[in-house]
Formats: sequence, C-alpha cells, structure tokens
Amino acid sequence: MAGVPPKDSGKPETGNVTDDPAAGDEEGMALSEGVTEKEAVGEAEGEGMTEKEATAQVKGVAGAEVGGVGSSEDAGASEEPPETEQVTMKVWRGDPSGGAFVDYVLPRVEGEVVLDVVHRLQATQAHDLAARWNCKAGKCGSCSAEINGKPCLMCMTRMEELPGDTVTVAPMKTFPIIRDLVTDVTFNFVMARQIPAFRPKEPEPDGTYRMQQIDVNRIQEFHKCIECFLCQDVCHVIRDHEVNKLYYAGPRFFVRAAVLEMHPLDTIDRRDLLKEHLGLGFCNITKCCTEVCPEHIHITDNAIIPLKERVADSAYDPVAWLGRKIRGRRKARALEVLELAPAHAAPTSDDLRPAMATQDESGESASRDSAGAPDRSDGGNAGGEHGNNTGG
Amino acid sequence: MTTDNRHEPAAEYETHLVDVLVIGAGGAGLRAAIEAKERGLRTAVVCKSLFGKAHTVMAEGGIAAAMGNVYPEDNWQVHFRDTMRGGKMLNNWRMAQLHAQEAPDRIMELERWGALFDRTPEGKITQRDFGGHRYARLAHVGDRTGLELIRTLQYRAVDLGIDVFMEVKILRLISDSEGRISGAVGYYRATGEMVLFKAKATVIATGSIGKAWKFTSNSWESTGDGHAMAFWAGADMIDMEFVQFHPTGMVWPLSVRGLLVTEAVRGDGGALRNSEGTRFMFNYVPEMFRAETAETEEEADAWYEDHANNRRTPDLLPRDEVARAINSEVKAGRGSPHGGVFLDIASRRSPEFIKRRLPSMYTQFMELAGVDITKEPMEIGPTCHYVMGGIRVDAETAATTVPGLFAAGEAAAGLHGANRLGGNSLSDLVVFGRRAGIGASDFAEGRSGEPEPDKGQAAEAVGAALAPLDGKPGEDPYALHAELQNSMHDLAGIIRTGSELEQALERLDEFDERLERIAADGGRQYNPAWNLATDLPSMVTVARLTASGGLERKESRGGHTRDDFPTADPEFGKVNVAQRRRNGRHEVVQEPLPQMPKELQALFEEDKH
Repeated sequence: MAGVPPKDSGKPETGNVTDDPAAGDEEGMALSEGVTEKEAVGEAEGEGMTEKEATAQVKGVAGAEVGGVGSSEDAGASEEPPETEQVTMKVWRGDPSGGAFVDYVLPRVEGEVVLDVVHRLQATQAHDLAARWNCKAGKCGSCSAEINGKPCLMCMTRMEELPGDTVTVAPMKTFPIIRDLVTDVTFNFVMARQIPAFRPKEPEPDGTYRMQQIDVNRIQEFHKCIECFLCQDVCHVIRDHEVNKLYYAGPRFFVRAAVLEMHPLDTIDRRDLLKEHLGLGFCNITKCCTEVCPEHIHITDNAIIPLKERVADSAYDPVAWLGRKIRGRRKARALEVLELAPAHAAPTSDDLRPAMATQDESGESASRDSAGAPDRSDGGNAGGEHGNNTGG
Repeated sequence: MTTDNRHEPAAEYETHLVDVLVIGAGGAGLRAAIEAKERGLRTAVVCKSLFGKAHTVMAEGGIAAAMGNVYPEDNWQVHFRDTMRGGKMLNNWRMAQLHAQEAPDRIMELERWGALFDRTPEGKITQRDFGGHRYARLAHVGDRTGLELIRTLQYRAVDLGIDVFMEVKILRLISDSEGRISGAVGYYRATGEMVLFKAKATVIATGSIGKAWKFTSNSWESTGDGHAMAFWAGADMIDMEFVQFHPTGMVWPLSVRGLLVTEAVRGDGGALRNSEGTRFMFNYVPEMFRAETAETEEEADAWYEDHANNRRTPDLLPRDEVARAINSEVKAGRGSPHGGVFLDIASRRSPEFIKRRLPSMYTQFMELAGVDITKEPMEIGPTCHYVMGGIRVDAETAATTVPGLFAAGEAAAGLHGANRLGGNSLSDLVVFGRRAGIGASDFAEGRSGEPEPDKGQAAEAVGAALAPLDGKPGEDPYALHAELQNSMHDLAGIIRTGSELEQALERLDEFDERLERIAADGGRQYNPAWNLATDLPSMVTVARLTASGGLERKESRGGHTRDDFPTADPEFGKVNVAQRRRNGRHEVVQEPLPQMPKELQALFEEDKH
C-alpha cells in the first residue's frame, strides 16, 4: 500500500487495512485481521527535523479542511528532505450535519502514538481539530477512536505498529458526533444510573470488613475498566441498531453489574434487572467487546457469561425457585431498590435524546461514511423481545 | 483590553442555582460534593473533562493511612511525623495532624462504598512501602489505586444523584456586592455556550498546574484554573514556589517523556542505578535521614523483608532528594542514553511478581516504549508532577481567605509543606475533600437569600473569553503555550537561580501582553484552540506565582532548589511565602508558620535520640 497517493474525492478512500468491526457480527467477528499482516514500516527518521521545519513543510495542506476534503497530492513533496518519511493521516472532520475524511501529510517522528500525531496536527495544520484526551497513558479512557477501522485508544496505539503510510482516524461510530473525533457518550452516563449501587452487609464487630484476596481477584479484574466505552462502541446490539439503546446497557455496564453481583459484601440481587431492563439477553457473546478492551478484561467470559448463567438460574431453575420459596430471598431485589431511589429512574427517550440525536426520521443514523467503519444500516432490529438473540 | 463586541446580556446565560458548587470532579471535588449532597443541599459538580476522567486516575501507588494492618506499631503520630519531616517542617501542622488522624476512616468509608483494596492474608486491607513513610502504609489496588478511588467516588455520586456538568470550563469566580463568592461563569466545551452558576458556597478542587511546564506527568486539564481564579478573586496563596518533580518519569520515547513511573516500583524492590551500574542513592543521603537509612546494599535489600532489623533503602528517600540526586548524576555524565538514569526491577524480582504488583507499569513500558520491564531496566528522570503550594485554607473547614470560597486537594496548600510524600495526596483528597464539603455546606446553610453574583464580572469574563474568536489575526495559542512551557522548564524548573527567576517573570509579563492578542481559528463548538486560549491566562498566572515565590525564598528546601542558595536557611524554615492581589497589586510577603503545640513538638524531640 505504501506509495499509493491518497485520492481527492468526496468519498473517503478505503484504506488497505480497514476491517469494519461491525461487518463480522454474523461470523463472530474478526477484529484483529486488520492488523495481523503488518507491512514493514521503515525506521522513522524524523529526528533531525525540528518542529518548525516540519510545520513549514506541511503548510501546503494547511487550508485543506476549509474545502471539506483536502488533498495531499500537492503537499510539497519536492521540498522535503529525502530522509524524512511522511505519513498521511486521514482524519474524520465534521459535525452532526455531516463531514468527511481530510488528509493531512506530516513527517513521522520516532516513538509516537496516534494521539501525538493528532496533537501535532492541532499545533500545526488543524488548530480546531476536536479530540478528547487526558492522561495519555491508557489510564483514563478518554481518547477512544477507530484507527484503521479498529476501536482503540489513540494514546496506546503506536504509529510504528500501523501498517502502510496512511492511517485513518475516525470517531466512535456508535455514539452521535459532537465534532470531529469527539462523540456524545451521554448514553453511557444514563445507563450508569440504572444499576443500583453497592450496598454492603454489616461489618465485623471491629467495624472493618474481611475479604480474602482470592475472593476479590476476579472482581478486581473488572475494576480495571477505564470507561473508554470502546466495548460499547463495538457492540453490534447498539452499533447497528440505535433503537436498542433504550433497552440495552452494553458490555461496560454488564461488567459493572458483574462487579456488584460478585462482590462478597454486597446485598442486592440485580438479576431481574439485568433480564428485564438492561437487556442482558441481547448479548450474543460474539466477544467483540473483549477483543477491543484496552485493559484486557475478559468481558464476555468472566462477566457476561457468568451473569447470563445467574439470570438463567434465577429465572428458570425450578430447584432454585423452590429454595427461594422455602428460605426466602437472601438479597434485596434490584428492581425494588430502584423504586425507592429516584436517581435511578429508568431511561426514557428523553434522557437519551442527546445520545440518539443523529437519528433522522427513518430511524437510521446520520450517515457517517467512514473508510474504517462504513455505515452499515441494514435496517434490521436485534430483536424486540428481551430474549436471546441467537445471531452469533 | 477593549470591550467591543463582547456584550452578552446576562439574561441569556443558562443559569443554575445551587447551594454548593464544586469545581473539579477529581477525588477532592467528588468527596466534597458527596458530603454536601448527603446533607441534603443542592449540589453541582463541574468538570472540564468527562465524568470519571479526572487526573486522580493517574495516582498509582496507593493511599497513605496509618491503619496498622501490616505494621501494628504504626499510628497517626508516626504518619504525622513522617509527613512533617517529608515537608521539611513547613507544613501546616494542624492539617498534617487531621490528615494522619482521619485518613484510616476515609479508607474504610471507600470500602463501604465499594472500593476493593488488595488484602492481607487475614483478609484486611494490605499496605505497601513508599518513600518517606516509616512503615508500610499505602493501601492500594495493584498500581491503579487512583482509578479505584475515582470510580468509587464517581459511582457514589451517581447513587446520590449529584448533578454533574461535564466538559464545562469555568472562567471566573463571581462575587456579590458584599464580596462573598456567589458563583462562577464558564462555557460548555461541546457547544461554546456560556453557563452561569449561582452558588451560596463554592469549592475549588481543580488539581494541578503542571501544564505550564514542558515535561510533566499532568494532563491538559492541569492548567491551574482554580489556583488562578482564587488568586484573581483576592485569596491568599502560599508555598507556590514548591513544585514537586517526581523523580521517576519516563524519558523515552520523547512523546511520552514525563509520563509517570510509580514509586511503587521502588517500594516493591526496584533500585536506581547510573550508567556505571552504581546504586548512587547511597551517596545522596541527607543528614536528616541518615540515622534511619541503610548504608550498604545488603542492608537495604534485607529491609524489604525485615523492617525491624534493617534500615530502609535510600532509593525510597523523599521525592525531592531522589529527584535532585538523579539530576546530579545526569549532570555528572553518568546518565542513561536518553538523559535519565536506570530503574531496575528486572534483575531483582521475578517476572510474575512484577506483572502482579505493577501491571500498569508493565503495560505502559511494553506498549509505549517497547521495553519489557521484567527483562530490562527502565530509563527514568524527573518530571513535573505536583504543586505543594496553592490556596491558603483553614485546616478545619477548608475555607479560603475569601468568604464563600473553599478549596481542597492539590489546589489547596498547607498539608504537604515543601515536599509531598507519595501516597499522601490520595488521602489528602478524601480527608480534606470531606472537610471542604462540610465547611461549604455550613457556610451555605448559614447564608440567607439567593446568591447574587455580579453581572458585570460575568460579562467581563465572557467578553475576555470570546475575544480570541473575533476573527482578527493574532498570537497562536499552541505556540504561546509551547513557549511558556519552555520558559518555565528553562527558568523555573527543578534547579533555579535568582537571575533566571527574574527572567522568567519578565517573560511572563510579555506573555500577559501577548495574551491580549491571542486568536483562535474556528468556532465555539469543541474547539481545542479556543479552549487552550482560555486556559492560558490561568497558566501564566500560576507560572508567575511560582516564579515570584521562588524569587522570594532565598534557600533550598523540598521542592524548591536554588543554585545560588544551595542550603536550607533556618529563618526561611519559619515562614510561608504568601501571595495575594490587593488593590490591583501583586503582594509577595513572608508570613510566620502556625505554631505547633508542645505535645506535637515532642514527637520530633524523641526522634533525635
């Protein structure tokens, strides 16, 4: 792919490494394909160049975004020192009314991650390029994006590991656009409210709690979650079917529920809630969420599947049912707890209006054609009932 | 500045009326908000980023509290003494006392709210060793304790139904006709629309100022907004010359230079070496710590297993000592290839141990630098990390010197004196966040009538904020920021001189002038250039506070090292450098420290024998 000039066209070029995460949902997903065959990227030799020189060199495309879609073909290739390798960044620019990929050409610098390049673009060619970030160390989960079609953190994706000399950066597809790479993730904050919080049992007589490390290990895995929402982004239940956002909490909040359900001290039973309100049954365990998790949490195997088993036991196991009849419930039911706590009111389409703002009248997402993540509105519905959607 | 085309009628601002307004949603802000909300007060939290992304997540090693779970002989007096000595006795003794006494309760409270700390074999919360702490005292969750703290407080806030205004930048505090802080004005970053908060009490919990320096472990948010706004509002600032350079930041690749490497690496056995392989820290043990520091590598290594019969390793001296030592080694030509020194845990602990105890460090080096820390040493060097100085507060209530304004966490000053011990910042957040919540709630409940923030002040702040978007060509905010960072790095960094600090102040005056002409491309919707343009005034202000304080303090102590005054001066050990704005003038004055009562002084007398 090296050496293919980026095209100047209204339709963004489809990169060589695009692998739409949603495209594989029937087949159980194959997210990593896009990065398995890495083309050798030569040793970057940008060191000898100062930032000022670099800036001067890319001036040729400084105005590119004004026209909507820029071209890198006139980026002053003849002036560049031969030893400096260039990279083309195809960055989605736009707002809720629409947008497109814009090409920016700039020199490679050794050791950079994608977020560094975005910062260099901001400082040189695209001052108002909107992007979220905070820690730049993979700890806060702010800079989620779709790089060459794969949902990942911009701060933890090294340029040297990306094949070819063109890198596509698009915003998360599942959430409505605010501007450029920034999306409205309100959906997640609405869902966070639906799960009743931790309610511990009484402490030991000395006022403290005792827990064995072995009993907290598995939930400590879930506590590693940095709320980057990449699992939410990649989950086809809401990625492809916006309407499901009203009925489906998503992998992040199944992990949150698993933390509480498996906490040795907690006293609330959230199984009914998971089944009836949070749409656990919609998940057809394609493990896309696990594949994109930057914290390597085994979301599907360790959180979702055990939750599904617990819900099934609770709802359908006659022995468990009989046991509850005889002994009574040992934990308070989440749905009853929620009724007492107005802060946890169930979401309405009003709550989610910002999160669903891109819907036009036909119920389809506003088109956000993307080299990495082409819009795949297939019009289907993941299922109107709270049952198992047996797609996977 | 002119006021052309900056008039927006106050009536058009979206307005929220609350009892307690908390600016900042890190550990201190959330803890304050929780306290106010539990009291039944109308409470709003405002943060510049998304909820749950605050810089608190970057705290790695742990939260210090004398719970005595690992060493029963630990108690609040020992923690108090360690904190004061680490702070070179410049701390507000009462804050240090309250902090040491209350930290264990705050940790138990976090556990009741769902935090899951690592356990001892008996099932209690386990504690790890850290620099400057006599006993293993840091409750922790691997090396991601800050994340645990923020997530716990975040979901507690969700549970309580606290109103959170995300991605809102606050521009200015606004007082009423009686001079009480009565709210604040800012804008939504997503839309650029202005928003006005009317509040009976306001808590500043805005964290750090590190973004004014070139190499920093701080995120873009750490622009000193709270420090600057409090100063502009007339609040006293103290100790602003004390900036902590964390000894171990990454130095390579350049793009991650400054990124933090947790002190827990050394707490768990990592050793510092120079290019000759020497464990140089043995050559840098100051008099104050000599009696309790190991003299040989054998003793230092044995200490990890047996604290009772060995003295602690010099690798775990307080951060200021270690940062200066690294600086000296690099200057003497014994540095690593990329200008740092080596931090070696690979040769000292098993790969399994390292991956279990330091999972984020393993990932960070593997993914960002291509270095496997179970096989190779890390290259590290000092990075701007934390500011000890900040807004002067009352120890009991967290009240600032301006009525209606409270402060907690890194934005407040006093607890850490001249140098903060690792682990004491997370405990600071919850101890004084809670106290600020109580103080602000008491104040709000005692205040009658609706707060009436002055309309003129709001209009002025909004006008100034919108000026960079008026389409006239002017200064590039990114370039100005880079120049500011370089200036502070070169002239007010880890080692300072009087003439360099004077130069820094001259340049800051120039930056102030250039800020008048700053111009941002694009519009108001999520525009980082404009956001940076509105953050720069805060950064220039805090940079000036640091340089002015540093010029006034003609000695070397803690996080302030003067090449022209290389030793500590006992006279300066008796004063804080206080700064405030009075009648448009910037005052820099020396003021005596609060006097410690005799029974606490006795803790240091015993220490000498």
